[in-house]
Amino acid sequence: MIKIEKRNDVSPSIYFLTPILAIFLTLFGGGIIFYALGFNPLEALKFFFITPISDLYGFSELLVKATPLCLIAIGLSFCFKSNNWNIGAEGQLIFGGIVGGGVALLFYGHDGFYVLPIIVLSGAIGGMIFAMIPAVLKTYLNTNEILVSLMLVYVAKLLLDYLVVGPWSNPEGFNFPETRQFSESARMPILFDGLRIHAGIFITLITVFLSWLILYKTYLGFQIKVSGLSLKTAKYAGYKGKTMIIIVFMISGACAGLAGVGEITGPIGQLHRNISPDYGFTAIIVAFLGRLNPVGIIFASLIVALTYLGAETAQIFLQVPKYTGQVFQGMILFFLLGSDYLLFFKIKFLGLKKNEL
Amino acid sequence: MSFDLNFIGILIGAIMASSVPLILAASGELITERSGVLNLGVEGMMIIGAISGFALMVITDNLFLAVIGSMISGLIISIIFGVLTQSLLTNHVATGLALTIFGIGMSAMIGKNFVGIPGKEFPLLFVNLKENIPFLGPILFGHSVILYFAFLLPFLTNYFLKKTKIGLIIRAVGDSPTSASNQGINVSLVRYSCILYGGAMCGLAGAYLSLIYTPQWIENMTGGRGWIALALVVFATWSPIKVLIGALIFGGITILQLHMQAVGFRIPVQLLSALPYIMTIIVLVVISRDSRKIKLNTPTSLGQIFYKEK
Repeated sequence: MIKIEKRNDVSPSIYFLTPILAIFLTLFGGGIIFYALGFNPLEALKFFFITPISDLYGFSELLVKATPLCLIAIGLSFCFKSNNWNIGAEGQLIFGGIVGGGVALLFYGHDGFYVLPIIVLSGAIGGMIFAMIPAVLKTYLNTNEILVSLMLVYVAKLLLDYLVVGPWSNPEGFNFPETRQFSESARMPILFDGLRIHAGIFITLITVFLSWLILYKTYLGFQIKVSGLSLKTAKYAGYKGKTMIIIVFMISGACAGLAGVGEITGPIGQLHRNISPDYGFTAIIVAFLGRLNPVGIIFASLIVALTYLGAETAQIFLQVPKYTGQVFQGMILFFLLGSDYLLFFKIKFLGLKKNEL
Repeated sequence: MSFDLNFIGILIGAIMASSVPLILAASGELITERSGVLNLGVEGMMIIGAISGFALMVITDNLFLAVIGSMISGLIISIIFGVLTQSLLTNHVATGLALTIFGIGMSAMIGKNFVGIPGKEFPLLFVNLKENIPFLGPILFGHSVILYFAFLLPFLTNYFLKKTKIGLIIRAVGDSPTSASNQGINVSLVRYSCILYGGAMCGLAGAYLSLIYTPQWIENMTGGRGWIALALVVFATWSPIKVLIGALIFGGITILQLHMQAVGFRIPVQLLSALPYIMTIIVLVVISRDSRKIKLNTPTSLGQIFYKEK
């Protein structure tokens, strides 16, 4: 006999344990998929999740990938907490990259400590402005922010394509679709010789701390949380809904823009067509897996970054496409959302009573 | 002059062909949304339909099986969404996004061995009529059976929703699941059926792309059409006939920008390619400006979780 009962309150331990359950279920589901493709599931999972981080270089790569994911997800958590569905972070990342990259090209050949901060700041502003489009359209013209933010992803991608093929392409680049390599002064400092991990990780960590401050220690954070829980209450309390929507979009756009500028001044060092392997979309999963909590998001970004690395390793050793990573990311979110059922309902396993036999 | 007229006819025929996937996917999603369920997984279900249709065509060499198979795969993948949102009461938006991410990844995984294989010629109907009648010929004839079905579908959907009992039940469930439930309607069953139907139509839309429109498999070949279909449903304010009109407008923009590229207009190719997306935003803004009009037509319980205490 199984009995399902509604819970009256959600215990915090279950709230943070279900993501772990979801990860285990994903491993199980992934094993089944690998088995169906004709691989030894345990060995395939080992290639996917253990081989990539078995040395120092791999661990540094994990942090390189987690840096933008965590940053974007932190920004998105502001939107999602207040029930604003910004799913165009990928576009905001690319636009931030475009603006930052443009400034970097402008400062080509310049030396000076001020170059990098200006580039980073302009990238953040670029992402912020791009995120304001869906926000303003939502607040003043009642337009669905999901669709607008998503459509803008395609627009940003095509704009980047136009720039690197056309006006910004490297004059000595034999018509390759890419810009010049940025000068040394425009590059994120590398933290350790021989590894790719760069100073962008500090931007991410500072942002995590600031967002924790805003969300849990300020009136704005309180407003965001209340609006997410009940729009009616928020209206009744007299919160200025429109301003808040624009602010959360600005925050998340700035974070995505920072992530974009971090990528092009960090590991990439120039602009080309593919400056992001869909970090903006994957960060949505990171935000949910981390329960929209700054600390949770740090852990979640590491786990999701591992699916990127795992997909690359599996591509080499198992000849599966790199999109396998996306299958795992989709599964994590499926299982996570599904296991949320346990938050609101208790499943009781009762012994069979004699009179029922 | 008759040559020019014929050219316009061919152009209109091309616009119709490019609007087919949008009509199919948007009509399916419209039924789903009318029952109160917001499934953002359209893009994912379409791409799964595209790869399974193409893969089945290569394996079985039978186009009929390929088309049916694509619908079944769209339906199967929408079951995931159904179980999560209806039985496990998950958030519709997040689940739909997961479905899209999963679908794109899964399709690329399956499609790895099908890249570069040429497609098969899909039989077109009344080809001799198309060539012999100027202007009207290329508009009315020489299309695949799926195109004719797609152009009939909005009318069938309209009739179904307005004139049949099941249509009424679906609308009732979408507008007030609680009252529908009190009337003895199994809300969850109705919503499950609508989700599966939407999945099958998205699968068919995908198969149209990989079997007929551009007969081959390319990773990510839906290229945002699923999202445009979602926007179309809002644009049409949940009315099937307006879905048809909207899809033709977007088909028109797509074909127009392709022709402008071919003729060599002095506008960057990328700007032309961005046109459908920019237009989607503009159209959405224009339609949504009047919030009362949108509220009047939106299924009241759209995207809300319904839970019946047992």
